[in-house]
Amino acid sequence: MFICRISKILKHNATHKTLFLDLKMRAQPGQFVMVWIPGIDEIPMSLSHFGNEIAITVEKVGEATEALHNMKKGDKLGIRGPYGNGFKIVGKKALFVAGGVGIAPLLPLIKEYEGEKCVILGARNKNLLLFEDEIKKFANLYITTDDGSAGYRGFATDLAKKILMREKFDVVYTCGPEPMMKKVLDLCIKSKIPLQASLERYMKCGVGICDSCAIDGYHVCKDGPVFNESILMKLSDFGKWKRNEAGRKISIS
Amino acid sequence: MLETKIASVKMKNPLMLASGILGLTKESLEKFKDAGAVVTKSIGKKERKGYKNPVFYELSCGILNAIGLANPGIDEYIKEIKGARINLIGSIFGKNEEEFLYVAEKFKPYVKAFELNMSCPHAKKLGMEYSTRKIRETVELIKQVGKPVFVKLGVENILRRAEKAIEGGADGIVAINSIKAMAICIDVAKPVLGNKIGGYSGEAIKPIGIRCVYEIAANFDIPVIGVGGITNEKDVIEYMMAGAHAVQIGTAIYYEGEGIFKKIAKKLKRWLEENGYNSIKDIIGLALKN
Repeated sequence: MFICRISKILKHNATHKTLFLDLKMRAQPGQFVMVWIPGIDEIPMSLSHFGNEIAITVEKVGEATEALHNMKKGDKLGIRGPYGNGFKIVGKKALFVAGGVGIAPLLPLIKEYEGEKCVILGARNKNLLLFEDEIKKFANLYITTDDGSAGYRGFATDLAKKILMREKFDVVYTCGPEPMMKKVLDLCIKSKIPLQASLERYMKCGVGICDSCAIDGYHVCKDGPVFNESILMKLSDFGKWKRNEAGRKISIS
Repeated sequence: MLETKIASVKMKNPLMLASGILGLTKESLEKFKDAGAVVTKSIGKKERKGYKNPVFYELSCGILNAIGLANPGIDEYIKEIKGARINLIGSIFGKNEEEFLYVAEKFKPYVKAFELNMSCPHAKKLGMEYSTRKIRETVELIKQVGKPVFVKLGVENILRRAEKAIEGGADGIVAINSIKAMAICIDVAKPVLGNKIGGYSGEAIKPIGIRCVYEIAANFDIPVIGVGGITNEKDVIEYMMAGAHAVQIGTAIYYEGEGIFKKIAKKLKRWLEENGYNSIKDIIGLALKN
């Protein structure tokens, strides 16, 4: 575990912040780190930026993420990783479908991907859109909001369906709420396009020995977090079940 | 050559998966088809979320963990393992005999034997606290369920506790559990583990495990299953020469993955051949004679 300091904080809105940490790390887009908030908790977080510094983009959803939101520049965190497989860069034309904070692991991929890039960035409303300006520098950006406060009114998957009907892509990359990713999988199977999706599960060890993030024989921490369409099709839990801290299956709502 | 048997549990080799590593789902358990037997996660009567993260911390010669007996409860767990095609041993924890019995009865159709975890080093009021005076009656009660009973013990007071388990009719003693330990991050002046205290496992504890197995084997006539810091075939041989009839491997899975069973079994066989032994059984307790 590396102990590092918060070097910069970007406040996106009331519930989203990006914390930059003074830790040099080489990683693959889509890989994650275990973030120790001393005395509070340890949680898996995708890297939204890596290189001479790393960054995590944090949505306030519980005690640990709230603690991260309350931290100041100079505060210390513990980092283990990078862990997991990350996205594989394939083809020359990619569609990225991001829901909410799901854009975080896709952001470094959008930057690294060489070729034609189209990004659908979906959020509940205008205030919750993340990294719009940064994405625009690298890709064609389409925005969707559930309430129509910016861009196309509706879900990211609605727009993805339309775009996939009129254009051919070599690959689709997605991250966001699992029901959304399940819809993207269905679209990709129908259009016969390879898909890579980054999954989220409750994690404890982060290194494949505790079984907390087990999904149909795979471990999200070690075999994932990115899975391709041929594996996703076989995962009976995908879009339906996750596990709680005790390892009991609970419904994804 | 590697076949062995403890009570009625037949194993194709003496290498078992230790409790706590993976073992939550059928698919995870079935990954260990090269092991002689596979021990489940420790399962209790009710769902238990375990301790707050971090529950895992890697040290230079082992791992510190404080999972805290997280498990979905036996009723949910049997749905997970139903149909697992593997030589399964059900690990059970409880705060009293009633809880042990409840889990054992539910486990019975799915497992070849029970392993009673009476020694989890980081569970408050569970396992570690399982008092020596209750061991005998608990083992007696679980024996009535009708499957072999192995009792997993920690280092503290191990001979006295082993004696109680044997009096209760245990079919084997599993020694040792991880050792109560702690790590502090000096940069933030705080214990790393969410529970502050956890169990230390891996290479560093092997000599302690060897000592415990040796002492139990020297003092009692009962099969011992050795566990603690085994990473290669030489460690297995050492445990068996100390008196172990079989061994369990846990932490090494972190370093080498499930393939370690196949690898060690192969090397173990080669070592026996090269050293003129016909069976793995021939080396059990060799060091006790000298």
